[in-house]
Amino acid sequence: MTRGPVDIGDPDRLYMVTGGRTDADDAFDLVTLIVSECEPTAGMQSEHVRILEICRHPTALVEVAAELKLPITVVRILLGDLHDMGQISARHPRAARSVAGLPETALLQEVLHGLRNL
Amino acid sequence: MGSATSELPARRTPLADDAETGLKIVVVGGFGVGKTTLVRSVSEIRPLNTEEVMTQAGAGIDETAGVERKTTTTVAFDFGRISLNERMVLYLFGAPGQERFWFLWDRLFSGTLGAVVLVDTRRMQDSWYAIDRLEHHNTPFVVAVNRFDDDTDRFTLEEIRQALALGEHVPMIDCDARVRSSCKDVLVSLVDHLYTMALAQEGTP
Ligand SMILES: Nc1nc2c(ncn2[C@@H]2O[C@H](COP(=O)(O)OP(=O)(O)OP(=O)(O)O)[C@@H](O)[C@H]2O)c(=O)[nH]1
Ligand SMILES: [Mg+2]
Repeated sequence: MTRGPVDIGDPDRLYMVTGGRTDADDAFDLVTLIVSECEPTAGMQSEHVRILEICRHPTALVEVAAELKLPITVVRILLGDLHDMGQISARHPRAARSVAGLPETALLQEVLHGLRNL
Repeated sequence: MGSATSELPARRTPLADDAETGLKIVVVGGFGVGKTTLVRSVSEIRPLNTEEVMTQAGAGIDETAGVERKTTTTVAFDFGRISLNERMVLYLFGAPGQERFWFLWDRLFSGTLGAVVLVDTRRMQDSWYAIDRLEHHNTPFVVAVNRFDDDTDRFTLEEIRQALALGEHVPMIDCDARVRSSCKDVLVSLVDHLYTMALAQEGTP
């Protein structure tokens, strides 16, 4: 039952996909929901095409990463590009914590209700 | 509802178009404690796998090259999803509890509602580090005891509380990670705990 870290394999591919950048954009949370604002066009980078296809319906960053089989960090960079070009919009998690440090009771009530109805 | 193997669609089903709020709960625990099983039991999608790559400046300076060495670590984690309603979707992340994954934790924990610490009573020490970090981060959590069939000791929850040095305020619950209704109860106990704390806080001006 011991599992080591999984190797992502080919660093060259990562370099190509991101144009050599390694500074991921932390503006996108793991559960930020991404929505395409346009259809893919000819000549677009294939990863951008895939993202625009996947995000026709709202899709969390982690799901995009899992679908593309790319590390989160790389997906953040790709999403940052698309966002800069206005091709996707991002629905960020509502500030999960109030000033006091805990989520609001109203939000938690909604979560409880949803869970109890499972 | 209590069935062990619910049929999950092979394809990832899309979220509702009105979905706007993503929420996070982390399930943490030692190797083989049942994290993926729990996530699968309550998720509406087959658990998906993804990776986080972290580049850190190395501890030392590479003498020969004269440059700071960088180490890259990759860690895989899985996650599932529960649509709570048309607008809210809850993501459950299964995260390994070992010390060498601390950096993943810092990432996962930021903005998380809370955590479930899954404990196997045959290897309780596997959860010490996780509990320590959660307390350090001030992340609310519940402890769920996954009772395996060949666990002959059958410690009571109170005995486990003692062994883990948990305060009275930390909710503890028995669970069977293979059973959907049981996992649902675990999540409800966590959010109930959060709700009680938030309510108390709102009450104090
Ligand atoms: N008897 C019994 N077996 C369980 C239970 N929960 C999980 N298992 C089994 O224990 C094994 C490990 O479960 P996983 O869900 O893969 O555990 P994990 O924590 O995700 O493991 P890693 O990701 O490898 O750390 C699997 O073979 C499960 O079927 C339980 O409540 N009772
Ligand atoms: Mg697992």
